[in-house]
Amino acid sequence: MADFNVNVRGVGSVSVIDVKGYLDAHTAPELENAFNKLINDAKFQVVVNFNDLSYISSAGLGVFMAYVETMRDNSGDIKFSNMKDNVYNIFDLLGFPMLYEFFDQETEAVNKFNDKG
Amino acid sequence: MNVINKKFERELIVKSSTDNLSIIREFTKTAAVESGFSDETVGKIILAVDEACTNVIKHAYKYSPEGEILITINFENQKFTISITDEGTRFNPGNVPDPDLKEYHKQKRIGGLGMFLMKKLMDDVKYINLSENKNQVVLVKYIS
Repeated sequence: MADFNVNVRGVGSVSVIDVKGYLDAHTAPELENAFNKLINDAKFQVVVNFNDLSYISSAGLGVFMAYVETMRDNSGDIKFSNMKDNVYNIFDLLGFPMLYEFFDQETEAVNKFNDKG
Repeated sequence: MNVINKKFERELIVKSSTDNLSIIREFTKTAAVESGFSDETVGKIILAVDEACTNVIKHAYKYSPEGEILITINFENQKFTISITDEGTRFNPGNVPDPDLKEYHKQKRIGGLGMFLMKKLMDDVKYINLSENKNQVVLVKYIS
């Protein structure tokens, strides 16, 4: 079994998703569930904290592609933080830095939402 | 040196369930480490094999967990070859061009990224129709 965990917590008006372990085609649905729940709760400002994520495949990256538009259409966004180099490299290969914001620290990503508010 | 002459072959057969991706990655990792690749390259090989097997599960077997995936790893003359064989729906990528990534994001075209990644991560990627109902993806990485 792939070891993967999603935890969602609120930091002010921003929702932070902590992802942990291995995000692949098997575990991606767990992350989709987390996004669906946020959309149901009308929470569109999302930071994904990658501090404890060891691995990602295109199935995992596809989740962000599938949900980012909904967030942006509702004055929100998906921003990324605390990504390890090996994980960032995959995002980079697939062109994500052109369209998403990456931050070293979660607080920087959260503050970016608050600046705009 | 022994390292230069090192050669081995091993295989893994698993059912076509995404549940088995972690087993496939572990199998690939062990062989790649043994072959002497750097940590960074081992990571690339693992991801390429994951993407190839995910495509087999998704497209060849359409998420049916009853299919079989045969993974053979051969290491010889500094060449690391992974052959992934399935008996599902034939997949012929033809000359699929690399995606325009900006367009991809716009269109939310998630499919096809795995193939693109495999090409980026490996030295060679080939799709072979072995017989009427047998397809193979061959991934190659050289020790540089």
